[in-house]
Amino acid sequence: MMKQKHRKKEPLFRISKNGFVPLYKAWAIRIGALLLALVVCAFIIYSITKLNPLKVYGTMFQGAFGTNKRMWVTIRDTMMLLCIGLGLAPAFKMRFWNIGAEGQVLVGGIASAACMIYLRGKMSATAVLPIMFVCSMLAGAIWGFIPGYFKAKYGTNETLFTLMMNYIAIQLTSYFVALWENPYGSNTVGIINSRDKFGWFPPIFGQMYGLNVIIVLVLVVLIYVYLNYTKQGFEISVVGDSENTARYCGIDVKRVIIRTMIISGAICGIAGFLAVAGAGHTISVSTAGGRGFTTIIVAWMAKFNSFVMVLFSSLLVFLEKGAMEIASRYQLSDYVSNMIIGIILFFILGSEFFINFKVRLRQRFTKDKSQ
Amino acid sequence: MRKEPYLEQNVAIRMVDITKRFADVVANNKINLEIRFGEILALLGENGSGKTTLMNMLSGIYMQDSGAIYVKGERITIKDPHDAYSLHIGMIHQHFKLVEVLTAAENIILGLNETRLIDLKNVREQVKKICDRYGFVVDPDKKVYDMSVSEKQTLEIVKVLYRGADILILDEPTAVLTPQETDKLFVVMRNMKADGKSIVIITHKLHEVMEISDRVAVLRKGEYIGDVLTSQTDPQKLTDMMVGRSVTLNIDRPEPVNPKESLVVKNLGVKDINGVKKLENVSFTAYTGEILGIAGISGCGQKELLEAIAGLHKLEPGSSIMFYPRGNKEEGEDLAGQSPIDIKHKGVHLAFVPEDRLGMGLVGNMNIPDNIMLKCYDQGKSPFTNKKKPRQQAIEIIHDLEIVTPGLRTPIRRLSGGNVQKILVGREISSDPYLLMTAYAVRGLDINTSYTIYRLLNEQKKKGTAVIYVGEDLDVLLELCDRILVLCSGRVSGIVDGRTAKKEEVGLLMTHFKEETA
Repeated sequence: MMKQKHRKKEPLFRISKNGFVPLYKAWAIRIGALLLALVVCAFIIYSITKLNPLKVYGTMFQGAFGTNKRMWVTIRDTMMLLCIGLGLAPAFKMRFWNIGAEGQVLVGGIASAACMIYLRGKMSATAVLPIMFVCSMLAGAIWGFIPGYFKAKYGTNETLFTLMMNYIAIQLTSYFVALWENPYGSNTVGIINSRDKFGWFPPIFGQMYGLNVIIVLVLVVLIYVYLNYTKQGFEISVVGDSENTARYCGIDVKRVIIRTMIISGAICGIAGFLAVAGAGHTISVSTAGGRGFTTIIVAWMAKFNSFVMVLFSSLLVFLEKGAMEIASRYQLSDYVSNMIIGIILFFILGSEFFINFKVRLRQRFTKDKSQ
Repeated sequence: MRKEPYLEQNVAIRMVDITKRFADVVANNKINLEIRFGEILALLGENGSGKTTLMNMLSGIYMQDSGAIYVKGERITIKDPHDAYSLHIGMIHQHFKLVEVLTAAENIILGLNETRLIDLKNVREQVKKICDRYGFVVDPDKKVYDMSVSEKQTLEIVKVLYRGADILILDEPTAVLTPQETDKLFVVMRNMKADGKSIVIITHKLHEVMEISDRVAVLRKGEYIGDVLTSQTDPQKLTDMMVGRSVTLNIDRPEPVNPKESLVVKNLGVKDINGVKKLENVSFTAYTGEILGIAGISGCGQKELLEAIAGLHKLEPGSSIMFYPRGNKEEGEDLAGQSPIDIKHKGVHLAFVPEDRLGMGLVGNMNIPDNIMLKCYDQGKSPFTNKKKPRQQAIEIIHDLEIVTPGLRTPIRRLSGGNVQKILVGREISSDPYLLMTAYAVRGLDINTSYTIYRLLNEQKKKGTAVIYVGEDLDVLLELCDRILVLCSGRVSGIVDGRTAKKEEVGLLMTHFKEETA
């Protein structure tokens, strides 16, 4: 028999799955990751720009919360992101990959803008807001219904379908921008009703964006209750986990898919309403501005828990505002601020790995315990 | 040089204090095992006792968390299957690892990373040599997809022998074989042993252990219980070691009381998505207070039959499924063409334990109360779910069926197969069904849990429920059921009395139709 010459070292790392991790420990890991990200960023900032990293971080904070106005813009944008995230949550929980939030927001925005333009002078400024709300919700709902219907009836791929619906929405927006062009030749709609502010959100408690906050926070609670405590929310979870189980226990899977996509689209439509009536007061192809995609990160990181979503959308908007500020203050190129955002997101997303898995370094062979 | 303490003459492999965890579960706890040259060692234990995990550490699939492995007296680390091959260890897994579109010879050399050109002629010669030596029959040019299960298994064994293995590990090799094929395998195993090879056979079938092995090592719940020479033990002693206490291996079978027609199925036909007939002309009657067994080789329509009754399949025209709750003729309902929703709303108390527990019966990511709620969540007019009742019910089921769970909030996918099955059966029984259908209710369960399930079925039977039991173990079917319906390729090939039928008779019906009586 051949003599064995075989003695390999153990591998350096060993990765094994973690069991149940208590909540406090998971959050400690996440916060640790955030701190670590800041440290790494500090080194990079210093080595590239020779600036004091602490000062840079301070500037980021200034950018997001420095003045009263800035703070409210940050809040406004957070609410917008959060609203779309709330729209995605029911669909994602059902494992329906709705990446069409962008389009659903746009059609909602078109509906709002149409109300502002065509209903002006026909009713009071307070009466038009509920109508705009309902119209944009309906527009978004239709945009969600279409892929939902085809998925339920013909089993089409929802990812491609919702993605393509985005392009239709963008083209539609271009059409309406051309239709409502103001002033002529500018190729934009301009600020709609800038004189009488018809269809604009009224200031609440002296704050321009007060209504945005109220609407979205109400939605946060509603979605949380809907997903966790209602029969329909329960059906969504079952369909998301296993369609066979859903069929087995008498859930009408097709109905659940269509209904959930109507809800998902409707909430994204409301986000369009917020963007037009509550923020930009105009409509353009960049009204959604890629937020329909950014929010996918928010919804996933929060694991579809609407309260946790508040946290992650705030973080993302804060990073964005802060990065913009340091870029302009220190005349850095956009890339530097994008790098910082990238590093921070990398660490936060990466921390999930350390929550789910255990990593152990190589151990030395223990001394042979000869009997 | 370090002194090697385990250089003993006849020990091929020694595993010392091997521990392996998966997340919170300790699969192997400080296990010590030795495999000797030229012996057949049976590794015995119930499902989930850690047999396969332990052997996977020898074959390089897993690495131990702690403990040491000595091969021929030398301490080694087995990092991947290549290490295992270079140590002459070969494992034949329960699920074959073959490439379907390649030939036998190609599969044998696959993954050997030889830099030279592949010399298939040489391979064929060597394969032939191995076959002649031990009595295998392998056609090197046959494609794997043309092979029967037994041929594939033979190929797996030849594959590891070709790679020079002299320590072979077979993971439940007989689970997929017919009795005749098993006999052939045992002959080959004895030939290999005579040639000085060490063989480990993982199994939970006691008569096989007695027939083929020289020595038995028993594992229970990840712990090493001990080893005995096969010649000095018997099945009852081995069972006691395996389970940890004395078990009586008898199943109760009370006489049916006042049986009435409960389910009358006529001309049932089902086609699958591709239009292939899965069930054809199936007719039978299930009575209240009896257990009707359904036997057949796997994939001959048992699954479809139960699913069709539960409303999960489109039926062929002419099918009829008359259901009489508690045998009451006036309340008869035709279930044919009804969806599960219709059946539920009609108040037909139909309970169904499907084959695929987590894929159909339960939701793995939900906790026990939510899974209990699956069947009754839509009761009442309120738009909100009522979690109180399912919670209460969950506590009762956990208590009654002795379900082991860290808590009510734990997702059930974290629980063991036996506990998951208890939740499913518990939920279905708690709905006080008139008809209870179970598909492979004890698959993968340990002896204790299996007997719990049999007991629960018998309780339902005594209550007057019509019970349909689809099973794969003929011995159990013959001990538990009042009547046994045998399916053969989607058709009923016979219905026999469970008390008088012989195993051979049922086995014959499973593969052949009875001659049409003229």
